[in-house]
Amino acid sequence: MSGETKAGATRARVMRSGESFRELGLLVFIVLLSAAFQLRNHRFFTIANIEDLLTNTAILGILAVGMMLVLITGGIDLSIGATIALAGMTSALTGVAIPNINPFLSILEGMAVGLVIGSVIGLLVARFKVLPIIATLGMMNIVRGLTYIESKGQWVSSYQMSAKFTALSTGTTLGVNNLVLIAVVIFALFWYFINHTRTGRRIYAIGSNPEAADVSGIPRRRLLWLVYATMGVLAGLAGVLWVSKFASAQGDTALGYELNVIAACVLGGISISGGSGKVSGLVLGTILLGMLNNALPLINVSPFWQQFIQGVVILAAVLTNVAVKRNNQRLALRKREI
Amino acid sequence: MSERSISIDRPRSLGRFFFQWEWLLVLIFVIVNVINSALSPFYLDVGNLVGSTNSFLDMAFLVMPMTFVIILGNIDISVASTVALSAVVMAVAFNAGLPMPLAVILCLVVSTACGLVNGFLLVKFKELSAVIVTLATMIIYRGIAYVILEDQAAGHFPKWFSFLSWGTIAHVPFILFVFAGCAVAFGLLLHKTSFGRKVFAMGNNLTTARYSGIKTDSVILVVSALTGLMAGFTSLFLCSRMGSTRPNVALGYELSVIAMVVLGGVSTSGGSGRIGGPILAVFIIGYLNYGLGLVNITANVLLIIVGSLLILSVLVLNVRLGGHRRPAPPAAKVIAAGKAPDEKA
Repeated sequence: MSGETKAGATRARVMRSGESFRELGLLVFIVLLSAAFQLRNHRFFTIANIEDLLTNTAILGILAVGMMLVLITGGIDLSIGATIALAGMTSALTGVAIPNINPFLSILEGMAVGLVIGSVIGLLVARFKVLPIIATLGMMNIVRGLTYIESKGQWVSSYQMSAKFTALSTGTTLGVNNLVLIAVVIFALFWYFINHTRTGRRIYAIGSNPEAADVSGIPRRRLLWLVYATMGVLAGLAGVLWVSKFASAQGDTALGYELNVIAACVLGGISISGGSGKVSGLVLGTILLGMLNNALPLINVSPFWQQFIQGVVILAAVLTNVAVKRNNQRLALRKREI
Repeated sequence: MSERSISIDRPRSLGRFFFQWEWLLVLIFVIVNVINSALSPFYLDVGNLVGSTNSFLDMAFLVMPMTFVIILGNIDISVASTVALSAVVMAVAFNAGLPMPLAVILCLVVSTACGLVNGFLLVKFKELSAVIVTLATMIIYRGIAYVILEDQAAGHFPKWFSFLSWGTIAHVPFILFVFAGCAVAFGLLLHKTSFGRKVFAMGNNLTTARYSGIKTDSVILVVSALTGLMAGFTSLFLCSRMGSTRPNVALGYELSVIAMVVLGGVSTSGGSGRIGGPILAVFIIGYLNYGLGLVNITANVLLIIVGSLLILSVLVLNVRLGGHRRPAPPAAKVIAAGKAPDEKA
């Protein structure tokens, strides 16, 4: 009996060390990549460039937090690119109609649009048991179509937007770019939520074993709804920020961006089969993807190589993850035999 | 206890259900046609109806292998990138002086190789879900296409090549013949061969299938290779229709194809579905698109219709199956059906 618990503890320790090894590996990779960038271009490690990099990665980070919740429950959300477009377009059109609207109202409006979309998806997944991939694929089409109809195929361009609206994402507070600030606040908020609140822990529970969660009396349906609604709200927020940052709202805004977000999560070690993933890993994954997205032109890598390099890094990260896991399990088995 | 009887008959209600599902699709198909012909006097013209098939059939070649993939309980989102890569390779090779017939063969070889790479990764790394693997290869294949052709277009194919998509035999588009041939071949493969039974068995329960002596790895490899090969067909017909190719060709095809398969009544949890449903879905969506185009309703409305149809069809499926169905597993679990029993992470 005691031997068994000991073996169990060893196994848990090995697994844990495996997980931190993964994150350490990611960190080392980021450092090496930064060093390589710095060697090729001495302007990489300047405040201005780092800030640029973070500003360009902030929206990805905001979305990745929501996607992390969805992936932890074992689901997936393919609709967020469309949600970004609809929320952004709605707030931009309102801005055109009421030029001196308070930008915070614009943000709230975008989040409300996201909340509606997220709620519908949550309802479909939680109440009607539609598979997340199908529900969000369907909603993606519907929402994207609505965006085109709402905008009548037109763009909202920068000259139609008020300075206050574009300042949302270009302005600074306490010397830090607003986007970065918002992303940091969201990361901190959700780190606390997922690690230190009962609801947060329950989200892991429904992801790692839905039946056990049901048996333990966890309100699985309500939590699933909450997760998709949260994803929707974050996507709505990201939509407004996106439009404000690029000063343009189009029907095809953020087309296919959902896959970027999922890639950031996967790089950050969030398992797509649910139940595991950490905010610290997510931060690293987001930064790595942000670097690959934004820093390659700095070292004279043709932008046409960007996708290929991104894909190879994602595949390498995922395969390394598997290799480390297999090795851990072998070690754990060997220790148990002794 | 000796009177144990084992029945190998499928439960009758399930069989009836599938029958009904396809009838529902036929009904939708008829409704689409009635609405279309009411909207436009030019719609109900046999020549137009048959002739217009070349505008949507190129994508349809992907629907059949995707049906296999989804019945296996997997998913493949790299197909559109495979189309783009093989199209780009073919066009560049042809422009570099390779004779067109060889370039066509090269296109099919490249696309099959792409499929095999997916299959190899899935077989060697069973812990990984198909979503992750094909997400990565989707980015990589499209990335290679961009590396090769950058922001250029390539084309100037010889005249006979445009026959593939534009040519007709007795007023019936050539592509329709090829599609019918492929549909019959895939239908026979799925429903009349032991290979097809193995695919269903693996989709229902991979572990049981393996212990029953099915060589699960080779089934996955064959299905992946077939998916790649059909992506090559799509790429040929697409290039023939457009006359040139760019690295961003076929963007978003994977999701349309998956939507058609699901609309066709194939369960994303794997193990059930028939080839007829997805093929009907191809024509429903294709004619919807064609008919709405005739009355100047934009493609955006179609997006909404397809999305709603997709969700509604699954809702109907869920309600219809009601209590008989095992509890719907979360998506990722379904996708991770390739997991080996002893490799639970």
